[in-house]
Amino acid sequence: MAKKKLAVFKLASCDGCQLSLLDCEDELMAIAGAVDIANFLEASRDVQKGPYDLSLVEGSITTPHDAERIHKIRRDSKFLVTIGACATAGGIQALRNFADVKEFTSIVYANPQYISTLSKSTPVSDHVPVDFELRGCPISKAQLVEVVGAYLFGRKPNIPKHSLCVDCKRKGVACVMVAHGTPCLGPVTQAGCGVICPSYNRGCYACFGPMETPNTASLSSAWRALGVDDGGLVRAYRGFNAFSEAFRKESESNEK
Amino acid sequence: MKSRKIKVAALARVEGEGAIYLTMSGGKVTDVKFNIYEPPRFFEAFLRGRAYSEAPDITARICGICPVAYQMSAVHAMENAFGVKVDGAIRALRRLIYCGEWIESHTLHVFMLHAPDFLGYESAIHMAKDHSDVVKGALRLKKIGNAIVTTVGGREIHPVNVRVGGFYRAPEKKELTALLDELKWGRDWAVASMKLLATFTFPDFERDYNFVALRHPGEYPFNEGRIVTSSGLDMAVDEYETHFEEEHVAHSNALRSTMKGRGAYKVGPLARYSLNFDRLPQVAQSAARTAGLGPVVKNPFKSILVRMVETVFALDEAVKTIEGYEKPDAPCMKVEVKAGVGSGCTEAPRGILWHKYRVDEQGLIRYAKIVPPTSQNQRIIEEDLAGYAELYADLPDDKLTWRLEQAVRNYDPCISCATHMIRVKVERE
Repeated sequence: MAKKKLAVFKLASCDGCQLSLLDCEDELMAIAGAVDIANFLEASRDVQKGPYDLSLVEGSITTPHDAERIHKIRRDSKFLVTIGACATAGGIQALRNFADVKEFTSIVYANPQYISTLSKSTPVSDHVPVDFELRGCPISKAQLVEVVGAYLFGRKPNIPKHSLCVDCKRKGVACVMVAHGTPCLGPVTQAGCGVICPSYNRGCYACFGPMETPNTASLSSAWRALGVDDGGLVRAYRGFNAFSEAFRKESESNEK
Repeated sequence: MKSRKIKVAALARVEGEGAIYLTMSGGKVTDVKFNIYEPPRFFEAFLRGRAYSEAPDITARICGICPVAYQMSAVHAMENAFGVKVDGAIRALRRLIYCGEWIESHTLHVFMLHAPDFLGYESAIHMAKDHSDVVKGALRLKKIGNAIVTTVGGREIHPVNVRVGGFYRAPEKKELTALLDELKWGRDWAVASMKLLATFTFPDFERDYNFVALRHPGEYPFNEGRIVTSSGLDMAVDEYETHFEEEHVAHSNALRSTMKGRGAYKVGPLARYSLNFDRLPQVAQSAARTAGLGPVVKNPFKSILVRMVETVFALDEAVKTIEGYEKPDAPCMKVEVKAGVGSGCTEAPRGILWHKYRVDEQGLIRYAKIVPPTSQNQRIIEEDLAGYAELYADLPDDKLTWRLEQAVRNYDPCISCATHMIRVKVERE
C-alpha cells in the first residue's frame, strides 16, 4: 500500500507548532518512515502536488491572500487538522479584533498603504470545514504524535477536553490558587500541556484555550477576591486564545 | 540585450514565508528583492496597554524558534526601565537557557536546513538515507539543547519560567547535573562533526561586511555587553537608535534596518564570531582551527562552520555553568514598578535582538519597539544575492536558483521574526 501523503502549511503564526514536528527528535525518523512528507516547506524544498491524505495547518487567517489560499489547501486535503492556538482560535494576533487595525498598522509601519491585512484574525474553521482541531500555544508534541498516529490507524485521537485542574490533581501538583493565592486560569483551561505553569509555581495562562464547559464568571469572582481588577481580568482572558468564544465573552463582560 | 528573471516564489528550509526576485541583464544584476510576505502580526501595537510582566510571554510568540531570545531581550529592557540588576545564580541560569536555545537552533539549521544544500539533498530526511549516522547524531544533539530549555524554562517552545527579575522557580542542582552526561557527549560529537563540515565545498565568495554584535569584557556575548561594529563604533545598548534606523519598503512586510550614513550591516554568527573570537574558550577556538577558520570569517557560506563553533561553545558553557551552579535563595529579584523607559539587547541565534519599552506608573506598556535580527540583515541579504548572482551568471536558471536559495539560507533567516521569506525569482532581461 502506498504511504499516506503528509503536508504542513503555515498561515499567520510563529512557526512554533510546525517546529514541534521537527522537535520530535526520537520519533521524527519513524514518522518520516511511516508517511510520505509531500509538502513541508520549512524542512524540505521537495514540494509534491496534492491531493494530500493528511494536512497540518498552522496559523490564523489575517490577509486576503490567505483567506483564498485556505480554500485551495482544503480542496487538496482529504483530512485537515489545524494545529495550535492561531489556527484554532486566531492566536495572539486576534488582539486586533478588539481594536482598529488601521491604527495598529500605522503604529508599526511608516507606509501603511504597503500593508495588506484583514481587520480580524480568525481561525481556519471560520473559513473551511476542519476535521480535527489540536489546541495549544504551542501544541504538545505528545498530542501531535497521538493525532498523526490515530489518523494512520483510522481511530479517533485520544485528546481530553477536561480542565487543567484534573491533570494537576493527577500529577500531585499543589493548587497554586488555594495554596499560594496565585491567580490561575487552570479551572477554565483545557488540559494537555502537562501542567507546566503550576509545576513552576505560576498560574496557568491558558495556552490550550477554554475547556469543554468553562465557568468563567465564577473564576473571575475568585480572581477578584485575590485582588485582580477589571483590567487584569480583561488582559488574562485576552491572551493567546483571546478570540475563542468563552474567553472573548468573559473579557468583554469585564470591560467597562 | 537578453534579460533574465529568476524567481523563487516560496523559499524552503527557512522559518517563515519569503521570496526572491532577481533581474539580470548582460550578466549584471539590475534589480533584487528579498520579499517578506509573511503576514504582519502587529506585536508592537497590541503590546500597548499590556502589563510589563506580560512582555516576555507575549513577545516569545513572535518566534517559535528563538522564544528565549525574545524573553531575554524583554526582561532586560524592563529591568533597565526599573533599575534592577540581575546577578549570581539567576544570571547564570539565563546564560544556561540561552545555551540551550543556541544548541537547538544552530543544530536545526546546520544539519536539517543548511547541510542538505552542500550535500545536494532536498531535505535532511532525504539526506538520512545516505548519512543516517549524521542525522541521528544531529537529532540527539538538538534534543540536548531542547532538554536544557525544558528543564530551566518548562518547555522547549515558549518556555513559561522566565520573568522580569529572574524566574518563577529555580531548578534544583540535581535537575541540571542530570543533563551533564549528554552535554559532554554532545561537545565531543560537535567537535568531531567539524571535520565533516570542513569537507564541504565553499564558493570563493568573500565580502567586506560591516559586522555588528554585542561585546562583553570577559564573555562570549549572550545577554550583556556593548554594541560594537567592525567599522569602529562602540555604543551602550540604549544608544542604538542614535546609529541605526528602520525603513519601510513596499516589497516587504518587515521593516528593514540601516546604519545611519553607512547602509547595510550584518548581524549573527559571523559578526559575533569575528568581533569576539578572543572570548571563545579553547575548545571552540581549536574546533574553528580544525575547520580552517581564522579569527575573522567573511565568507557567508562558512556560516555553517561558525554556527557549529558556537554550538561547541554553548555546550562547553552549559557544562561549566551547571558544574558551578548553586540554587539561589530566591528565584527572582525584587522588582519595584515605576514609570520609565528601558532598552535591552541580547544575542539571538541569528544576531542582536533589540527591544525598547516605555512603561507607566502602573506598569502598563505605553510604547514598544522591537528590532529582530532578520530585519537588520535584510539589506545585506539583498547585496549578497546580487554579488553572488553575478559570480554565477553563466549557470542555467535551475542551478542559479538553488545557489541563490543557499545564499539566503546562509543567514538562517527567521521571517516570522522579521514581520513581526523565501521565494526566489530570477529574471534575465
